[in-house]
Amino acid sequence: MQRKIRVLIAKPGLDGHDKGAKVLVNVLRDAGMEVIYTGLHQTAEMVARAAVQEDVDIVGLSYLSGAHIGLTQEVINALKEAGADHMKVIVGGNIPERDFSQLDTMGVAAIFAGGSSYDDIIGTFNDLVAA
Amino acid sequence: MNIIELIDNMRAGKEAALARLISLAERNDPQLSDVMQNIQPQLGNAYTIGITGPPGAGKSSLTNQLTQQLRQQGYTVGIIAIDPSSPFTGGAVLGDRVRMEDHYLDPGVFIRSMASRGSHGGLARAAKDAIKILDASGKDFILVETVGVGQTELDVMQTVDTVAVVLVPEGGDAIQMLKAGLMEIADLFVVNKADRDGAPQIVSALKSILHLKYTTSGNITKRESAGDEVWEVPVVATQGISGEGVGEMLARINRHREFIQASGELEHRRKQRRREDLLSQLQYLMRETLEQACEESDDIHTLVNRVVAGDDASHAVIGKLLPLTLDYMQNQSKKL
Repeated sequence: MQRKIRVLIAKPGLDGHDKGAKVLVNVLRDAGMEVIYTGLHQTAEMVARAAVQEDVDIVGLSYLSGAHIGLTQEVINALKEAGADHMKVIVGGNIPERDFSQLDTMGVAAIFAGGSSYDDIIGTFNDLVAA
Repeated sequence: MNIIELIDNMRAGKEAALARLISLAERNDPQLSDVMQNIQPQLGNAYTIGITGPPGAGKSSLTNQLTQQLRQQGYTVGIIAIDPSSPFTGGAVLGDRVRMEDHYLDPGVFIRSMASRGSHGGLARAAKDAIKILDASGKDFILVETVGVGQTELDVMQTVDTVAVVLVPEGGDAIQMLKAGLMEIADLFVVNKADRDGAPQIVSALKSILHLKYTTSGNITKRESAGDEVWEVPVVATQGISGEGVGEMLARINRHREFIQASGELEHRRKQRRREDLLSQLQYLMRETLEQACEESDDIHTLVNRVVAGDDASHAVIGKLLPLTLDYMQNQSKKL
């Protein structure tokens, strides 16, 4: 049997809009993945702990707030501290192109800004886990 | 990392190790039998509570509140929350954590979401192993939240020590409560969302049905009695959001625990469970082997296809098929 892909979708920080995250949760579910959704207003520590307990392959962080640089770094640090730096971190939402290279350097595995296609997202997730 | 190291790390409180071991169970990893045999001597210390009931009854919120109470009393808690897998894509949305946010950072609480992955009894196939792994990790209580169930998804009964069936005022009238299945497996009933219209009515309807049961001779089953004493299934009204009534819910669970401990029922249940567990694992393995036999053995394939095509009645083929499949299984088992 093919190994199930487990994904955590989280909204770190203070922004209260999770429509995008919920759409993504649905899309990934329909692609056959097991998607854990943790709700709004997560701290980096909360995200990392949930990711560890759920033993996920991919941690997806969704932002509309503009705080993606700082919060993503915190999540990556927290995952490292928890011994889970093998998990792939991806970032999506309202992410300006000028921040891509910085996120890249931090170790983010993929970035999906507004307008990304579902097929692209699903394909990338599959490739990341297969790699 | 080898299995022994992983188990040692889990026992030392490393959550990543605990999580990884549960993943091995979920994946039915070849190393799983080593894991389970290794932790076997450490089992039996945790008390397991099942929370079951229809979708949207408030199982996750009650699990959250129950955890709060247990933590206040100084106990550590493991939670297994199961949600359904899609029968079409195999995908799943596991959203029970959202109601348990209070405990995301509490080091005494470990939450694991599981997808049902084709099991139809309200649990995931790997849930039983996950419970054992949490037990071996030293958790005092393990709360198992089932998929939202209908009337016949009753696996939880064979999985935990105490079963709480959660109902809501919208759940139906007294006729629903007379029905077999879900209504029979409760060690206690919880009427959640008790602030809503109709809650007192459902509480009293439940109580009168239960009373009927205890006053009718002959239908007290073994699982409810200890000598002359009978466990009368209590009905507790709760509000999962505020936590109202959850203290009483826990008190009743503890009383049930004492009751079945004193009566020997707990030991009996646990023995039954180990037996069921073994048989269902065997059954699972045989089913897998059968599927394989249909693919690989020409004789079996031919007979199966006659039924598939509608040419033969299944009953007519079984006589020939049974010795063939048993032979196949015997040959397979030599390879193990």
